[in-house]
Amino acid sequence: MTRFEQAFAKGPALVAFVTGGDPTPDATAAILDALVEGGADVIELGMPFTDPMADGPAIQRANLRSLGAGTTTADIFAIAAAFRARHPQVPLVLMGYANPMITRGPEWFAAECAKAGVDGVICVDIPPEEDPELGPALRGAGVALIRLATPTTDAARLPAVLEGSSGFLYYVSVAGITGMQQAAQASIDEAVARIKQHAKIPVAVGFGVRTPEQAAAIAKVADGVVVGSALVDLVGQHGVNAAGPVRELTRALADAVHSARGE
Amino acid sequence: MTLQNPTPNTFRNQPDERGHFGQFGGRYVAETLMPLILDLEREYTAAKADPAFQAEFDDLLEHYVGRPSPLYFAPRLTEELGGGQVWFKRDELNHTGAHKINNCIGQILLAIRMGKTRIIAETGAGQHGVATATVCARFGLPCVIFMGATDVARQQPNVFRMKLLGAEVVPVTAGAATLKDAMNEALRDWVANVHDTFYIIGTAAGPHPYPELVRDFQSVIGKEARAQMLSRTGRLPDLLVAAIGGGSNAIGLFHPFLDDPSVKMLGVEAAGYGLDKDHAASLAGGRPGILHGNKTYLLQDGDGQIIEGHSISAGLDYPGIGPEHAWLRDVGRVDYTSVTDVEALDGFQLLCRTEGIIPALEPAHAIAAVKRVAPTMPKDSIILANLCGRGDKDIFSVAAHLGVEL
Repeated sequence: MTRFEQAFAKGPALVAFVTGGDPTPDATAAILDALVEGGADVIELGMPFTDPMADGPAIQRANLRSLGAGTTTADIFAIAAAFRARHPQVPLVLMGYANPMITRGPEWFAAECAKAGVDGVICVDIPPEEDPELGPALRGAGVALIRLATPTTDAARLPAVLEGSSGFLYYVSVAGITGMQQAAQASIDEAVARIKQHAKIPVAVGFGVRTPEQAAAIAKVADGVVVGSALVDLVGQHGVNAAGPVRELTRALADAVHSARGE
Repeated sequence: MTLQNPTPNTFRNQPDERGHFGQFGGRYVAETLMPLILDLEREYTAAKADPAFQAEFDDLLEHYVGRPSPLYFAPRLTEELGGGQVWFKRDELNHTGAHKINNCIGQILLAIRMGKTRIIAETGAGQHGVATATVCARFGLPCVIFMGATDVARQQPNVFRMKLLGAEVVPVTAGAATLKDAMNEALRDWVANVHDTFYIIGTAAGPHPYPELVRDFQSVIGKEARAQMLSRTGRLPDLLVAAIGGGSNAIGLFHPFLDDPSVKMLGVEAAGYGLDKDHAASLAGGRPGILHGNKTYLLQDGDGQIIEGHSISAGLDYPGIGPEHAWLRDVGRVDYTSVTDVEALDGFQLLCRTEGIIPALEPAHAIAAVKRVAPTMPKDSIILANLCGRGDKDIFSVAAHLGVEL
């Protein structure tokens, strides 16, 4: 059983995102630990990029804080490797943009992921059409390529999105950027039901999910709920002291997600 | 010309069906945009084959833009440089004062064809923003222009023009608040409004099919110039010269000549303060990477973080370049050089003084390159440079650089 399979086997999972190196590379470890302690089942570690064009203001600012603190790709892999040593069982995903991932060659990136104990990679700007850029290298290194499906991914495209995906499928519930409005629950219910007819891997839903109530509603239909901007906002607010508030919000979200199916 | 790779049968059959120019180009966009990009590709393919589309495009270029633009022999500049004959393609005489309008006409016709009811665009210096606002006014579509806050501050006349034309100008404060950040923000808007919004990209870059369709719309420059030159001199030019930011005026001039082996071509990047300092010369100082939907040469650090470009010309300070230029450079068909801010200012004044033409700072880079190469060429050779914009928008910043208070 992979770490992903274990994480999703327990019922709906909370997938928690923070930007690596925000506010500083050294401060990230305590924030990641807070996510695990709060009950997050899967951790998404954002790789900072100068041009995060799919992200809303919260995560844009987090990227700038991280890069402003001097975070490098080497720092991100060091953070990942240290996390893996502290938390042998918790799935860890790197999420980011193509250029930092391919800049030393996809094989280099995939090998570093494997070495650091990274389970999967989400790359915002490599659609299935450009899979050769990164997909073969990741699959060759045993690292899951986690693709995004969106409200504009119709029935004709869905098989191409699922082909070569593993770990889980990330359903982006709104056509838009991170951290903005939330989709109507009915549209999420419909989309998840449609996607789950075709997907053999778990389906997690994200974008615009900020509160335990929203998370609970999504967890009734999806295998996972992704929360990012709300956690990143806390890091922005509390800086190096963010671990406490992050742990609290994560706990509230995790309780909501984990109990959703029992109600 | 020495080619690094075997010569293909034609240089004019790019991109391939996946939108790649060799290893460059492609469709590196978020999944939300991918279906729309595929729609656009289908619609553009249909439009290309539709004589009515081409006829409407040609009609608007003739009667609204004022094409064909003249081909002009510059006698006093030629004499001053003392070498090859210098000719200009006068695209600065177009409506709105630059080549940008050619592309905007084509794209708004596509937008209407696709049933889109709202237009967005990014702009740096404001020329593409003005051209977009112009065609939106002409066709009665609402228009939102994203412009870096830094550029809004330094290009006030163009901001006012856009507003007069009915556009909403959104200042972008993210990043360095220049063209790159404006493009990020336009992409963010687009992804949230895919159902009704068409993104008019201003240069021959971005996800496929943009580099191809912008090139095709701008190729009117080279098609006209080729016919005009043959008719006036009975021969083809020996050298084409054009400035390059994203590279749309250059690819528009070059593309119709690519399969004429006797015609050499020179693209001129902005060397800013110098290639060892801040500049915007992606080919000279960058390496391949992925940004804004395409793979191309980018200014970036070792980790792939994008470095801001600098040029005296707000239209050239972009850290990337259109993917077809990246390919043409790698196959060796086009030569690329760069020109500093100081050299461009010198070229700007040279053309004012010798020909009574005030150029924009973008083609001032091409003029500076002409100044460098013309003296090395025989007197019976022909150099054709693209005068892609006029300098009205730049007189304030040129005055400031020359230490003149207006």
